[in-house]
Amino acid sequence: MRVLLRASESRWLTPVAVLLAVALTLLLTAGPIRLAGANPLAAYTRYTITPLSTLTGLSEVLLTATPLVFTGLAVAIAFRVGYFNIGAEGQFLAGTIAATLPGLYLPGLPAAVALPLALAAGALGGVVWALVPAWLKRRAHIDEVVTTLLLNPVALLLVQGLLNGPWRNPDTGFPDSERFGAGYDLPAIVAGSRVHWGFGIAIVLVVITWIVMAHTPLGLRLRAAGQSPDAARFSGIAVTSLQWRSALVSGGVAGLGGASQVLGVQHQLTASISNGYGYTGVVVATLGALSAGGVLLVALLLGDIAVGAQNASIVLQLPTQMGSIVSSTLLLAVVALLAARRYRLVFTGRRRRGRTRRKAE
Amino acid sequence: MRVSAHGAVPPGAAAPETPLAELVGITKTFGAVVANDSVTLRVAPGEVLALLGENGAGKSTLTRILFGLSQADSGEILIDGVPTRMSSPSDAMAAGIGRINRADARSRVLAAAERIGVAVNPDAIVETLSVGERQRVEIVKALFHDCRLLILDEPTAVLVPQDVALLFDSIRRLSRQGMGVIFISHKLHEVVEIADRVSILRRGRVIASVDAAGLQPRQIAALMVGTELADTALIGSELADPEAGVPGDAFATAIPEGAATPTIPDTATGAPTALHITGVTLKGAARPLLDNLTLTVRSGEIVGIAGVSGNGQTELVSVLCGMTAATTGTIAVGGTDITTLGVAERIRAGLGRLTEDRRGSVVPGLSVEQNLVLEDLDQFRRGPFLSRRRIRQHVRTLMDRFDIRANPTDPISSLSGGNMQKVLLARAISRGPTALVASQPTRGLDVGACDYVYSQLRALRAGGAGVLLVSEDLDELTGICDRIVVLFSGGIIGEVDAASASREQLGLLMTGHTGNPVDQDPSSRSAS
Amino acid sequence: MNFPLIAVLAATLTVATPLIWAALGAIINERAGILNLGIEGTMYAGAFVGFVTAAYSGSLSLALAASLLAGVAAGALMALLTVTLGVNQHVAGIGTTLLLIAASDFTNRLLFSGGSQQVTAKFDRWFAGSGLFSQYPMTYVGLLLLAPALWWVLRSSGFGLRLRAVGENPEAADAAGIPVAATRYAALMLGAALMALGGSFLTLSLLGTFTLDIVSGRGWICIALVIFGRWKVWPVVAGALLFGFTDALQLQLAITPMFSAVPNELMIALPYLVVISALAIWGRGVRYPGAYLSAYRRA
Repeated sequence: MRVLLRASESRWLTPVAVLLAVALTLLLTAGPIRLAGANPLAAYTRYTITPLSTLTGLSEVLLTATPLVFTGLAVAIAFRVGYFNIGAEGQFLAGTIAATLPGLYLPGLPAAVALPLALAAGALGGVVWALVPAWLKRRAHIDEVVTTLLLNPVALLLVQGLLNGPWRNPDTGFPDSERFGAGYDLPAIVAGSRVHWGFGIAIVLVVITWIVMAHTPLGLRLRAAGQSPDAARFSGIAVTSLQWRSALVSGGVAGLGGASQVLGVQHQLTASISNGYGYTGVVVATLGALSAGGVLLVALLLGDIAVGAQNASIVLQLPTQMGSIVSSTLLLAVVALLAARRYRLVFTGRRRRGRTRRKAE
Repeated sequence: MRVSAHGAVPPGAAAPETPLAELVGITKTFGAVVANDSVTLRVAPGEVLALLGENGAGKSTLTRILFGLSQADSGEILIDGVPTRMSSPSDAMAAGIGRINRADARSRVLAAAERIGVAVNPDAIVETLSVGERQRVEIVKALFHDCRLLILDEPTAVLVPQDVALLFDSIRRLSRQGMGVIFISHKLHEVVEIADRVSILRRGRVIASVDAAGLQPRQIAALMVGTELADTALIGSELADPEAGVPGDAFATAIPEGAATPTIPDTATGAPTALHITGVTLKGAARPLLDNLTLTVRSGEIVGIAGVSGNGQTELVSVLCGMTAATTGTIAVGGTDITTLGVAERIRAGLGRLTEDRRGSVVPGLSVEQNLVLEDLDQFRRGPFLSRRRIRQHVRTLMDRFDIRANPTDPISSLSGGNMQKVLLARAISRGPTALVASQPTRGLDVGACDYVYSQLRALRAGGAGVLLVSEDLDELTGICDRIVVLFSGGIIGEVDAASASREQLGLLMTGHTGNPVDQDPSSRSAS
Repeated sequence: MNFPLIAVLAATLTVATPLIWAALGAIINERAGILNLGIEGTMYAGAFVGFVTAAYSGSLSLALAASLLAGVAAGALMALLTVTLGVNQHVAGIGTTLLLIAASDFTNRLLFSGGSQQVTAKFDRWFAGSGLFSQYPMTYVGLLLLAPALWWVLRSSGFGLRLRAVGENPEAADAAGIPVAATRYAALMLGAALMALGGSFLTLSLLGTFTLDIVSGRGWICIALVIFGRWKVWPVVAGALLFGFTDALQLQLAITPMFSAVPNELMIALPYLVVISALAIWGRGVRYPGAYLSAYRRA
């Protein structure tokens, strides 16, 4: 039996690969789930179906998915143009800090002014955080993977430093900030649910991104630059400039996500404001094939799993980390099997006769 | 008993001996493409077998299989009559097979040295050798590893005529000692000169295996494409005197039917030249890569750039296209100074570009259609959006006009070499450029596609554009250019009129010999 | 002023040790052409596996061996993804890191939750009490054995030359008979083993216990160090020592009265900022190994 490279990829293999990846994930995680004393089938049901079966669960899924849409979109935009922004976590946090500034220091503003101000500030915070690595890449060709990555812990330290210092809540003494002024509450989309307008903003961004990528000259140039920077330059596309601008947009989107999270959920800055959303954004972007629609779907899926994992930890005593295990295993399984599409298995007859029988594909 | 031109007894004429290497029933497919279809080839000891075929005929695949870089789907390889598995180049080398191709000599030295475990400075060794000497070093190295069958893949592509003669000398000496040689080439006159037998591949099948004695290049070409061709396609491939066994001094420049003799426009009228390069220098690590280069291409002429690969051609094209910035000097297209302009602006100023790196000029993940319009997206705007309809219209027109055989939505990577070159050609000239820079435009193309490219270049010239044609194919240069400029060490060492130039003349210039002691002064290098 | 220089220098060596081990592992990977962003997760898994083994077996050598094996497994996973399947290296690395961290935390919750912090046996410092020379065994081994050995291997051994050839020009290496895929597998497994051992330093030498987020970004620092040191052993070691010095310094300054007004977090952030600035100043025009980030396919 040998493994040979195909000349072209068959389209129909993609759904097959994804299904196989899901099956593989279930197979690999069933063991640890059983070791933890839970029934795998019950666990998977709770991860996927249970949250969607109630209205409360559904709104929790949307709520949890909201920051993932922002970071997933941010990473997807950057990766598409060939700029490997692994710093969405730090840019998200920078957005939370920037949105906190007016929230704490201008608490009296009415919603009509406060919300746009804080959201814009959040986006700007993300842009600022993305600035240095993008500039270093543009001017000195310094690899953005490292520089964006290193700024993530720095952002977290900045949050902690502010919360332990000038922004520490004077009433409680805990390292949280004070609550923002009421004008800074992002209203709920549906009265009574926790889903806030941050989700609405995220949807709008998804639509805008999709339109730009698929229907504008900018989108085509961006895709060309990301796939083949040399060929793109040859066609007159200003690749470096495009990457620079996209890096900043990416940071801005992540920062906006941070603002949305702090204005819509906590209404104050806390040290645990981000649950690794920036890194999960890489998972979301990749599984979503770097497309806007894909990002939305995968964010909803991961939100589903995250909510389910919380549920399972209470009901089945299954540690919540299993949710992350499932999603990262799914990521690796999907990319692995999609890459394996490129091959086919060949059973060779005996060497002497030189006959070949092909395995049915 | 027939004695071939080399004086050696042709194998097979005496008692049948075991072939040195045999490929029997080799089949290899890539998806839907059958690269090799039950191919059977034999090389006897001391025999030079020429392997011919158009681009895509399967020659490279076959030799890769023989060398262990690829595995056949079925069939076997026999060395000295014994079936042998070639699962990696180590197996091939153990069986005594050596391969030399156009690959960079430097990296090969590095890899070879590291296999032996010696830390070398490859630059020190290789820089001081000329290309021809490097080839001989490679052959010597192949011998050192007990090589009994040598695969030469387009070995003369980077050689001047004098070095080709030396290479053939070495090959004859080696084959007299019993070494087998598989010689892959596009150059029919060379094949006729050096081969004992000729095998022709077409579409993955061996369609002929014949003795080379008495074979005419025209007959070979006809076999290769399966038709009798008009003179237009066989520019310069005929020998003046096939019986003499010596390359002719003058060679046929085919006059294609229907082409008017180009008139050189009168520069006294003051019309802006198509392409004007003044004093361009490009600094390199040790020596300048381009050295005070001055060159003018007038409207309605085709100027050829000849030279041994590595003397500045790639750098010149890169500077003209805007991918590299010159250290000093100016470049003007149709009177507009483009020296400091970016790529997009150069395109707008009327510069068309066709580089030798085809794969690097297209974005593989995009479709044919998207690649075709990538350079002028702004023309297809409707408000902030792209007008799919106008793009499709434009693309259909282009594909019709340039005979591109594909669907607009096909991924560009699925196109054959010839079709992809047509796409690049369409992109380069459909805007009616003032000047076209074309580098190796027909490399690896079949005869029909070559023909097409030539006709497009002539049409451009007739339309008043200026064409700068960089090519390693001397026949191509003499066949289509008005005048030929020779690059040496990054500077222009001489210029000849294409109609009257001889290969020997060009060969001398390409190796740095101007023949005129005065002209040895490197500071006086310019042609206009 | 009585600045405790010796104490700071001694702390420098301690802090730098996990970085040295992991960064040397990263050099091996990257020289072969693979950027292994699974380094953070591998260090994490190495720390955890070492800790668990020590907790259950009481044997430190067994713990080290288990940690090493965990690294080899992580390296094999990365190799399967990037070498055999040709998956994008950034994605494979981040996915591996996320998976290994989640798996370690999950297992930690399963085994040790609901009790007091589990403490295990740990290595003692050699030459305890002698100031600068009072270091853990892994520090000595790392600086005096591992680094010189790797330097020599890369430079002059057959394996090292094959590794570099594969990372520079896999096509030429293949044509010269070097097994590209096997070499990259070996490089990834060996490098990841060193990363895991570097992680184990945190649990088996430094702390004697396991905490969440124990690695806290050291893996990413190592990636930066390797670029900063141009993929050469001694410059990378020097970079690790520089980072260690800055970290030790901020620890010292945090308890120095004069600097107590400076926020703690700024101090902790300082080393990261120093590395970024170092990259900005000295990182230009870096020449990556020729085949960096590219999968090799022999069609």
